[in-house]
Amino acid sequence: MKMVRSIERLGAWIIDQIETLGNFVFFLFTAVFYIVMPPYKPRLAIRQLRSIGADSSFLILLIGAFTGMVLGLQGYNTLSRFASEGALGSVVALTLVRELGPVLAALMIAARAGSAMAAELGSMQATEQIDALTVMAINPVQYLVSPRILAGLISFPLLTGMFDSIGIIGGYVIGVDLMGAPGSSYMNGISQNLTAHDIMTGLYKSIVFGIVVMWICCYKGYHAQRMATGVSRATTEAVVMSSILILLWDYFLTSVLL
Amino acid sequence: MTNATSAGKASPISISIRDLRRSFGHQEVLRGVNIDFPRGKVTTIVGPSGCGKTVFLKHLNTLLRPDSGKIVIDGIDVTSVSRGGLDAVREKFGMLFQAGALFDSMPVFDNVAFPLVEKTRLSRDEIASRVRETLAAVGLEGMDDKYPSELSGGMQKRAALARALIRRPSILMLDEPTTGLDPSRTRAIHALVRQTQQRFGLTAALVSHDVPAVFEISDHVAFMHEGKIRVYGTVAEVTSAHDELFERFLAGKASGEESPAAAG
Repeated sequence: MKMVRSIERLGAWIIDQIETLGNFVFFLFTAVFYIVMPPYKPRLAIRQLRSIGADSSFLILLIGAFTGMVLGLQGYNTLSRFASEGALGSVVALTLVRELGPVLAALMIAARAGSAMAAELGSMQATEQIDALTVMAINPVQYLVSPRILAGLISFPLLTGMFDSIGIIGGYVIGVDLMGAPGSSYMNGISQNLTAHDIMTGLYKSIVFGIVVMWICCYKGYHAQRMATGVSRATTEAVVMSSILILLWDYFLTSVLL
Repeated sequence: MTNATSAGKASPISISIRDLRRSFGHQEVLRGVNIDFPRGKVTTIVGPSGCGKTVFLKHLNTLLRPDSGKIVIDGIDVTSVSRGGLDAVREKFGMLFQAGALFDSMPVFDNVAFPLVEKTRLSRDEIASRVRETLAAVGLEGMDDKYPSELSGGMQKRAALARALIRRPSILMLDEPTTGLDPSRTRAIHALVRQTQQRFGLTAALVSHDVPAVFEISDHVAFMHEGKIRVYGTVAEVTSAHDELFERFLAGKASGEESPAAAG
C-alpha cells in the first residue's frame, strides 16, 4: 500500500513537472508569436530597449574594461614566460569575442535588468495589475512580455559588442602601454587571427543568451506567487536560473560551434 | 436556462449564473452557484472570508473558467465563447480591483486614459476631455500628474473607479471596494459607487464583507456560504430572512471556522 502511494506521488510529481515545462515553453512561443503579430507597439519595445540596453551600457563598459585589463595583465604574464608577448592581442580578442564577452555581458544584464524585470512583473502580478490588463481585453503577454523579449534580442548582441571592444582596448592599455608588449603585433594579431567565424560564434551566443535571460526573468516574474515572499523568490530564482542556463548553453553552443 | 442564454439586451437580467462549479485540486470552492444580476441595479454578494466570493467574482470577470455551469453576460455565454468573443464581453464591463490595481509606472491621467489609448482610435483631445470628465465624476480633479503611490487609499480607489468607467461600460464589477479604508472613507466610496451607478444606469456586481454598511447602497443582496448562494433577495427581504448562518455572519461571528473545507 505504501509502495503504491509513493509511486502515485512520484507520478503526480512527474506530471506536475512536465506541465510546468510545457507552460514554460508555451510562454515563450506565445511571446514570440505576439512579436510578429500585429498590432505592433514599437513604443513599448523602445522603452524596454532603454531599460535593458541603454541603462546597462555603463555597467557593461566598466566590466568590459576591467575584464580586458585583467586579460592583458594575465596574458602578458603568461605569454612572456614563452617569449610570445606578440600573441597578446590575439589571446585577448579571441577570449573576449568567443567566450567572455557574451557570457559576462549576459550575466551582468541578467543581474541588473533581468532581476528588475522579474521584480516588476512579480509585483504587477501580486497587485492584480496583470489581471487588470486581461480584464481590459489587453493580452498581458503581448503587452508586457513580447516587448521585453524583442528588446533583449536586440540589446544583448549590441552590449556584447561594446563589452568586447572596450575589453580589447583595456587589454591594449595594460598589455602594451603598461607592461610593454609590442603594440603593432597586438593589433596585427587581432586582424590576422580574429575570423568572421569567431565573431559569429559570439553573436550567436549573445542572441541565445538574450532570449534565455528575458524568457526566464519574464516567466518567473509573471508567475510569481501572490504573497509577500512571492516577488523576492521570483527575483532570486530568475537570476539564479538565468546564470545557470547561460553557462549550460555556453558549453553546449561552444561544443557545437567550435 | 434556455431563456437565460437567449436573453438579449432588453432583458431585465444583465448577468445570469447557472450551476457554477469550480474546484482547485480536491477543494470544491464553488458548489453550484445560481444567481441573477438585475439590469441597472446593485447586487451585492456578502459572506465570510473563504466562502468563495472572490473566486466567484473572478469567474464573473472572465479571469477564471469554471469546471461546469453557465455565465451569461448580456446574452452571451462566456463559458463557451472564443477568445475574440471573450474580448467583446470584456468591453462590456469595468472592473474595480480590491487594491485598485492601478499601473504604478503611470500617473493618474495615463492610468485612466489607458483603456482608451490601447483599445480605441479616439484622438488625443477626445481622450483628454473624456479622462477629465470621468476624473471629475469621481471627485479626483487636479491629480492628473500624481503617481498612484502618491495618492491615499481612497483616492486610489477613485482613480481605479474612473479607469473602470472610462469606456462607459454597462456593467461594473467591484471586488471589496472599501477594504483598507476607514469608516468615513468607506461611506464616501459607497456613496460614490451608488452615485455613479445611478448616473450611468449601470448594473453593479459588488463583492463585500462590509456588512451592514454595504446594504445602504445595494438593491439586492446575496449571502454566499460554502460555495453556494444561501440567501438572496432585496435588502428588506434578506434582513428579515431569519437564516441562522446569515444572522451569525451579520452579528460578526465567524461561521467560516466551522467548515475549514470551504476556504477559497
